[in-house]
Amino acid sequence: MSLGLLFLILLALCTAGYMIARSRAVTSARGDTRVLHSLPAFHGRFAALAMILPAVAILIVWLVVESFALRGVALSHLSPEDVPDGASMDLVMADVTRIAEGLGKLQAAGVDLAPLTADPAALKARFSEAGFAQGGDPTPHTIAAAVSMRDTAATSRLALSVVAIAASLAGLGLVLRRITPEFRARNATEFVSMGLLIGASLIAVLTTVGIVASLASETIRFFQLYPAWDFFFSADWNPKFGGGSSLGIWPLIWGTLYVSVIALLVAVPVGLFSAVYLAEYASKRTRGIVKPLIEILAGIPTIVYGLFALVTVGPLLRDWIAIPMGFGNSSSSVMTAGLVMGIMVIPFVSSLSDDIINAVPQSLRDGSLGLGATPSETIRQVVLPAALPGIVGAVLLAASRAIGETMIVVLGAGAAAQLSLNPFEAMTTVTVKIVSQLTGDTEFNSPETLVAFALGLTLFVLTLMLNIIALIIVRKYREQYE
Amino acid sequence: MSVIEMKLEREVTADTIKIEARKVQVHYGQNHALKDVDVDILAKTVTAFIGPSGCGKSTFLRCLNRMNDTVASAKVTGSILLDGADIYDPRVDPVQLRAKVGMVFQKPNPFPKSIYDNVAYGPKIHGLTRSKAELDEVVESCLRKAALWNEVKDRLQSPGTGLSGGQQQRLCIARAIATSPEVLLMDEPCSALDPIATAQVEELIDELRSQFSVVIVTHSMQQAARVSQRTAFFHLGNLVEYGETGTIFTNPKDPRTESYITGRIG
Repeated sequence: MSLGLLFLILLALCTAGYMIARSRAVTSARGDTRVLHSLPAFHGRFAALAMILPAVAILIVWLVVESFALRGVALSHLSPEDVPDGASMDLVMADVTRIAEGLGKLQAAGVDLAPLTADPAALKARFSEAGFAQGGDPTPHTIAAAVSMRDTAATSRLALSVVAIAASLAGLGLVLRRITPEFRARNATEFVSMGLLIGASLIAVLTTVGIVASLASETIRFFQLYPAWDFFFSADWNPKFGGGSSLGIWPLIWGTLYVSVIALLVAVPVGLFSAVYLAEYASKRTRGIVKPLIEILAGIPTIVYGLFALVTVGPLLRDWIAIPMGFGNSSSSVMTAGLVMGIMVIPFVSSLSDDIINAVPQSLRDGSLGLGATPSETIRQVVLPAALPGIVGAVLLAASRAIGETMIVVLGAGAAAQLSLNPFEAMTTVTVKIVSQLTGDTEFNSPETLVAFALGLTLFVLTLMLNIIALIIVRKYREQYE
Repeated sequence: MSVIEMKLEREVTADTIKIEARKVQVHYGQNHALKDVDVDILAKTVTAFIGPSGCGKSTFLRCLNRMNDTVASAKVTGSILLDGADIYDPRVDPVQLRAKVGMVFQKPNPFPKSIYDNVAYGPKIHGLTRSKAELDEVVESCLRKAALWNEVKDRLQSPGTGLSGGQQQRLCIARAIATSPEVLLMDEPCSALDPIATAQVEELIDELRSQFSVVIVTHSMQQAARVSQRTAFFHLGNLVEYGETGTIFTNPKDPRTESYITGRIG
């Protein structure tokens, strides 16, 4: 039985359970629903939840266990001789899985499988005819493994269906026995809703933990191959895939910070001033038009900004500023990437700050204006200080965006890792190097590729520290202002 | 101007007119909020504006220091003379005017700054003091006038928002008188306060009368009777009756005033 069908059956059962429990509740109250603690629909909902939740839990656990079991079944048919030279057991297992899938499709098409499974050559010919993807040639052993895998899977699915349906029916039975006018189905469903919400937030937290853990484990592997001291304290970045690379992080960190600082120098004043204009001076109409226009900037894909940097801003800066002033003749430069990135993050600063400034109570403005302050004095001395925690948050969000940005840097600042103060020199950032270290060679066993994880973790720690600093600033001022 | 000044000189022993409003009309978009209001606010007097909600008393109060300018849809016509000079004259800077006609709002609205900076705000932006010592003096004297000095003198640097509601409102009064205004407008200054804080603020208003002319909007008729010398009764955007507080409350001429103060309309 396929999972989809099982799911449909479970849903149908739940609907039926909902109806039954609801009418049972009405009956238990002898038709007078006012004596029920909870409305009949709550009893129904509780029954449906009691049916679907255990079934889904069983389903998930079963599927996880099943995948391990199937692998074990297939392995029992294979021996080390089945692994050709230069391959691994994983490749053979991939073949087995493909054969099993192919057999499934043929069976679905109404082909008699018995003659094919007995003859590897015929099977190969039949697969080629049907246009299925194939790895190595099927052998009697791999075919046997695939067949037994399919058999086990079919049995397992059937058993799963029976168990899941039984569990949901048992759930219904338990609920029906508890239905009385006093039963607090409403509170019970509330409890389940809370569980769902907790589950959702757990997923977010656990994902973060998982990402950090995977980064950390690969980083540890990297530091086993490459000395951490050289990584953190060397100013030379020169990876060679033949070996003997220098992988010092400083040129990349420098590039990242340089580009981000330029981006923030552009975005914070422009974004903040436009936010002040929109929140304090603009008429409702102007605001309604201008704010969405600025927010469009946030919707432009970063690769388009990259093109803008590459084709327009880069040559412009080179021809009009860098060459005439003797800063070099590179069209990719930190300045190009920083300026374009600054434009990209303007909406993050302006839109958030605008909302925050608007949230400052009008009574504070009235108080200041009523004392004879001008609007700009009011904004500088009363509104902005009151909005400061939120504005710091907006700026930090923009900073995180800038630090993590890749496309604009690739196209705008180039890929040359170097330590230089000249903003018209090509430089590169951590994220760009992560991409370039991972594209092409996919074997994660050399320091040249594993360094990407160490870079990623460093970047993560960097942004985390920024966020913590922001939190401290915000907390400090919040104490003072509220 | 000089003619008016001379006129004022002569009348100083009698009731000096501080603000003279004639045929004031206010429209908020289509809504005609205030119709033909004529009022003379006297110097060194507490004038109370009473009337049911939406009668236009707060609107009129906000005309007196041009706070209605900050409301885009508001349109004010008629003439309002402060010491004989029209405050709606295009040559008048509303910012300067508001320094002369201070305002205290319904809800205490201390700035998110220290107690000291709250009071020093006005003097600083108007450059009223020449030295830190002078500013300290102004802050102290204003806090004393607002009967708050003894409660806050040891914590001038702690945030004004940390004070209790009544203290916050007195801080706002101290802040308003720190720009040495000539008129103090109060828009229901006690509506967010408990009876004890209300009593303190009312006592304060009575003391302020020796230096400023005070205009207070209030919903409480007892409060109007307690603190004011003159009372104006507004109803549906019209000024119904204006006169001595005692007369208004004991012997009103208009039947609507009588209905309101006896609690039949409101």
